[in-house]
Amino acid sequence: MADLSTNLAGIKSPNPFWVASGPPANTAYQAHRAFAAGWGGVVWKTIGDPIVNVASRYSALNYGPQRMIGFNNIELISDRSAETNFREIAEVKKRWPKHAVIASLMVESRAQWHEFVKRSTDAGADGIELNYGCPHGMCERGMGSAVGQQPAVAEKITSWVMEVATIPVIVKLTPNITDVTAAARAAKRAGANAISLINTINSITNVNLDTFVPEPTVNGLSSHGGYCGPAVKPIALNMVQACAADPDVRLPISGIGGIANWRDAAEFLALGSTSLQVCTAIMHYGFRIVEDMNEGLSAYLDSKGMKSVNELIGRAVPTLQKWEHLDLRWQRVARIDYDKCIGCNLCYIACEDGAHQCIDLKAPEELGVGLGPGRVPHKPVPKVREQDCVGCNLCSLVCPVDECITMTEISNGQSPMTWSNYQERLAKGEMKPIPPHR
Amino acid sequence: MPLQPLLPAAAIAANLAEIKPPLRSQEAFVEASRCLYCFDAPCIMACPTGIDIPAFIKKIAFGNPAGAAKTILTANILGASCARVCPTQVLCEGACVLEDRDEQPIQIGRLQRFATDDVEQRGIKVLRPSAKNSGKKIAVIGAGPAGLGCAAELAQLGHSVTVFEKQRQAGGLNTYGIAYYKMKPEVSLAEVEIVRSLGVEIRCGVTVGRDLPVSQLEQDFAAIFVGVGLGAATKLRIPGEDLPEVMDALDFISAIHTEPHEQIPLGRRVAVIGAGNTAIDAVTQSKRLGADRAFIVYRRGEPEMSAYDFEYAQAKDDGAHFLFHAAPVAVVATNGHVSGLKLVRTRLVGDKVEILPNTEWIEPCDLVLKAVGQEKQAKLLRDLFPQLTLEAKGVIQRDPLTGATNLPHVFTGGDCANGGREVVNAVGEGKKSAHAIHAFLTREIATLPVQPSRLGAKQGPTGSGLLRPIRAHELEKELRQK
Repeated sequence: MADLSTNLAGIKSPNPFWVASGPPANTAYQAHRAFAAGWGGVVWKTIGDPIVNVASRYSALNYGPQRMIGFNNIELISDRSAETNFREIAEVKKRWPKHAVIASLMVESRAQWHEFVKRSTDAGADGIELNYGCPHGMCERGMGSAVGQQPAVAEKITSWVMEVATIPVIVKLTPNITDVTAAARAAKRAGANAISLINTINSITNVNLDTFVPEPTVNGLSSHGGYCGPAVKPIALNMVQACAADPDVRLPISGIGGIANWRDAAEFLALGSTSLQVCTAIMHYGFRIVEDMNEGLSAYLDSKGMKSVNELIGRAVPTLQKWEHLDLRWQRVARIDYDKCIGCNLCYIACEDGAHQCIDLKAPEELGVGLGPGRVPHKPVPKVREQDCVGCNLCSLVCPVDECITMTEISNGQSPMTWSNYQERLAKGEMKPIPPHR
Repeated sequence: MPLQPLLPAAAIAANLAEIKPPLRSQEAFVEASRCLYCFDAPCIMACPTGIDIPAFIKKIAFGNPAGAAKTILTANILGASCARVCPTQVLCEGACVLEDRDEQPIQIGRLQRFATDDVEQRGIKVLRPSAKNSGKKIAVIGAGPAGLGCAAELAQLGHSVTVFEKQRQAGGLNTYGIAYYKMKPEVSLAEVEIVRSLGVEIRCGVTVGRDLPVSQLEQDFAAIFVGVGLGAATKLRIPGEDLPEVMDALDFISAIHTEPHEQIPLGRRVAVIGAGNTAIDAVTQSKRLGADRAFIVYRRGEPEMSAYDFEYAQAKDDGAHFLFHAAPVAVVATNGHVSGLKLVRTRLVGDKVEILPNTEWIEPCDLVLKAVGQEKQAKLLRDLFPQLTLEAKGVIQRDPLTGATNLPHVFTGGDCANGGREVVNAVGEGKKSAHAIHAFLTREIATLPVQPSRLGAKQGPTGSGLLRPIRAHELEKELRQK
């Protein structure tokens, strides 16, 4: 059994799975339930001056019968008093001393920041997360993403926090910014101990076509919300990797964004996260989902011979490079396994209309592939013209049968050449330009 | 014992309730979402009317059921009844590629019903009368599935069509001859109204040849489509066949469609002779109307039955019995009423049935239903069209792709031409004849639009079930046997 225990900038937890700051982390009651279910940490719902919320706060993007592939909210920070929140943090810490409890904070003035940092520390929190990310409501009052979108402001406020902080400080970054690494570097400059990302993305999930009001609807109006859930995972992974690879950041990362299972978690770890924060998946299914996250991650680490989750952190970061460093001469083509092909012809039409026209439809008797599942006389089956295949992957992506279309590396006897190499050799007159595609 | 009704109305209503309930809207959405949206899909090739199945299923998945119904009804005017009565297991669903991924095929029939029910219930007309008027007049004899299929297609091509039907109501076997638990006659009658709404005149209660001579039709109409179906049940030619409790199975099924169910007389013990799909419909409905014992008598064995496997399974589920390798010798009477069926054991030698001597026995029964096929209409056809060439087995000789006969102005399709197949085959044949009639009258080819989910195949789509059927399921079975 691999060791899942985690240490993010000094914040220790029995496993890397933390409940992210949000509705599931609103009360001591929920924190007790989360820890009992197996979560390693809880980032408390953001504490500040208590706010007033609206009714109708969430909306979702469904895809086919799958509910909540994306999720959107216009709920603000905690609507409970700071006293209540800090008292409950202290209670939770007392009962779960080995688990991580992080106080998420959002206030305005330097004095307030100082006060809230001290109160968090007094309550026994293991760390502090600075909420510079909320893209709705709070930003209109100069907080949340209004801070995160201006690295100089974020740096300033972080430095106020660092003046009094005696426990680790995590800066939570907003994705609603052109270059997330600029914000990460500002956190670093201000002395923060870690970063967490991503917060939610500005969104409108859908429009009610009868009333013409987007969801969630509040008495005939709506507002821009924060988008999260499985659909945002690719955006989050991209930003996590960008921060992990940036030599000017070099801060431990708590990864957030669409994590719903152990596999998502492993990918965030491989791209440089140390701990993982989950919210939407809990809102969908409850705290119980962590059981398989722990089990699945542990089994995966064992299968790779990794003794600790730390061995996975950042493993995939260096394999992501600029496009100009990719080998222009490496070739792969699509190959169809006719024992698996069911004859849906989705690969054909995808290639024909959506890509590079390299698949033909042919009668199985003409192809000599024999008859089999879905292959009866006259019913056409797809055949890749390998000499024309550009190796784009599209057919293998649309194929509904596992391992039916395999992208196969083929050797063309040429040595690797990147775009940079190509430009150098052109400049030196060592080679002629590659002729354009017909 | 004389026949009598056996069950009260409520019990029969429960027993004859629809066997396959309609999909509810969320079920339909989930089922439609499973469809892979194959390109040039095998289900289209397996459908004798060539419905663009993936296209209509996607429309259901995306919340456009009226659009789905339009796709269906454009290809098959009887899409609502075919959704209920098609043997989808051996047609579209039998060709579904999901079976090759070891999954249940898409429930195409039930989705088709969902879409066609939707527009029927909401009163949406998805087909409109043609804006063109060619000035050509065509007569259609018989308002069964073939005649309606032909008439609807001709009307949409801008021709003026009159259908002559000898029964009181149009629809043919769809109205009178489908097992009640599969489809109620109202569905068929609603389809007849759709055909009428396209501008087709349907004249019921007119027997061509008796009320109206063919010469008159030939004078008034530029072309004639013959879709007269098949005739009465084939005779058994055994003693006792004329007893009052010996009936055509189709007449029995028809009575269920035309008479109050609690008044239909029935025997406690019902013998059904034959093992085709009509025999199955008769034996299961006998059980559902309250017979204590209902059994099939068949002179060959289980593997030779022409009924579909799922129909056979249905009958067994309903408690029907099967006497295989038994041939009727005589219907036995007591006091002038049927009291039994004298049977003899048979055996198969090659594909010949051989009677085993001295094996007779009497199987008690009060009602005998004949379901050994229907007579061909050879006599009727010769009376109507003395010059028409018939095949030896009594069906009209025709080109299966066009329905053209040896008489240039006469076209045909459906059971009177194919010898007896499914409703969907009859609709497809009527439609193909409509295109041939259009070409005959206008010298123009009516090309079917290439359907969206097939558009773009370099060598053209492989052929829809309408023009070049591929019954993948059948072919695969053949291949497995080889």
